[in-house]
Amino acid sequence: MVGHSLPDKPKNLPTMSKVKDDTAFFLKDVSVSYQLPNERIHTFKEYAIRLVQGKIKYNSFLALDKINLAVKEGEILGILGRNGAGKSTLLKVLARVLYPTEGQVWVKGQVYPLLQLGAGFHPELTGIENVYLNGTLLGHSKQEVEEKLPEIIDFAEIGDFIYSPLRTFSSGMTARLGFAVATAWTPDILILDETLSVGDAAFVEKCANRMKEFRESGATVLLVSHDVDMVEDLCQRAALLEHGKLIALGHAGEVSKQYRKMLFQDN
Amino acid sequence: MSQNTQFYDSTKSKNPALDEIKEILKFKDLIAQLVRRDIVTRYKRSSLGIIWTMLNPLGTMIIMSIVFSRLFDLRGAYPAFIITNLVAWNFFAQTTAATLSNMIWGSDLFQRIYLPRTSIVISTIGTGIINILFSLVPLAVIYLFTKTPISETFILLPIAILFLAAFALGFSLILSAIGVFFPDVSEMYPIVLTAWMYLTPIIYPEEMIADVLNGWLLYLNPLYHLIKFFRLVTFDGLYPTTQEFIIALVLSFGVLIIGWTFFTRQAKKFAYYV
Repeated sequence: MVGHSLPDKPKNLPTMSKVKDDTAFFLKDVSVSYQLPNERIHTFKEYAIRLVQGKIKYNSFLALDKINLAVKEGEILGILGRNGAGKSTLLKVLARVLYPTEGQVWVKGQVYPLLQLGAGFHPELTGIENVYLNGTLLGHSKQEVEEKLPEIIDFAEIGDFIYSPLRTFSSGMTARLGFAVATAWTPDILILDETLSVGDAAFVEKCANRMKEFRESGATVLLVSHDVDMVEDLCQRAALLEHGKLIALGHAGEVSKQYRKMLFQDN
Repeated sequence: MSQNTQFYDSTKSKNPALDEIKEILKFKDLIAQLVRRDIVTRYKRSSLGIIWTMLNPLGTMIIMSIVFSRLFDLRGAYPAFIITNLVAWNFFAQTTAATLSNMIWGSDLFQRIYLPRTSIVISTIGTGIINILFSLVPLAVIYLFTKTPISETFILLPIAILFLAAFALGFSLILSAIGVFFPDVSEMYPIVLTAWMYLTPIIYPEEMIADVLNGWLLYLNPLYHLIKFFRLVTFDGLYPTTQEFIIALVLSFGVLIIGWTFFTRQAKKFAYYV
């Protein structure tokens, strides 16, 4: 609406028949450009005046610049890059939160952005009510939530608190409940942010075990981290982003090395 | 990988309005949960709970009756007349205003996970429908007190509510889509609502403004037609004429289709604007 246009049909893109069977997702020439007005306009009056004067100018900012990336089912891909390199924008595009300005995003199955634990939790609702709300927000039916309910309560280790309003929960309990709901179903694609330190050491281990189960069941995992060692340990391949461009994609060890070098040159 | 694997292809959305209908059907349980949340949380911490939904129009009705019954002659039926109009008006005013604040809550969520954007607006209207059903209780009470007959035309009440709901949904979709781009809409809207209420025959009979602009002040106001339809089948105990029925049908579902199309076309850009 406001000085923004999204093309309806990008050209020269592969058709469905060209997609390999074992592809989990691919991005083809994906660009995301934020149009930032030079000054933010908040009122109609201002907007109308400036429109008449022809004074609406936009600085476009390319958060992602022609990204091409294809990932196979069951692969664990690490994503490296400094703050503002475009990592979260890439995840948002994949999770359908952000619609790409250009290019094609193709995803098979359900994407779980685990960085959003407890999305939509309401403090006045009980634990159970919040499980239903959160579960349906993630796209599950009421019946599916019902089936998983005992398992979720058990995993979250919050006992009879599940019948109390969420505002009486400690922050650790809230986070555990969020994690329990989000991981109750095995996703096809799992996005793991580094903010996965939930609760005490025992629970962290439980979380790590569940992640392992997911990987073994064939889920595709995207690991976004500043921790280069972790990416080297867990991933087969890694992608390196810089200023919205994909500057390296390949063997995790080599890409990590390049990233380390990049950080070193900065200092 | 399960049988019903979903595929998402960003280039395959040729008709956003139709795609959104499919998405909403997938997320229908979410809408039920959101309505439930709205109803439950609104009343959980107040001691009278859901009774407030019923006391609210009653209180306004009593004030209006005392203030205005001497101005307009309605042969003693003024309380019933005004509570009828208020129940219909409140549904529209409350749902459309709530949409704007719910979209602010929703836009935080839209930044984090995918859900059909219309789900927030639809659930707001759903909550409004539950509330209007509750407010039929004080309406019936006042009808009994004022000896206003509850006639057989009440069987058309669900249709009257359906028309109001379709119009409120369409209007809310337009309003909230604009509200995402211009945050000051939510500051401005209460003023618009106040003006709209006084321009619509709610607290006074329509004859009072029937000759303003040769009657066009009434005809051009969609809420005049929809609230009149609501009042016809309840307070007046009359069946609407074919013309009245068609006007209400075209207005409500016309605005719904326009609103749905407009909103779903804009929805892709929402995440860029928060």
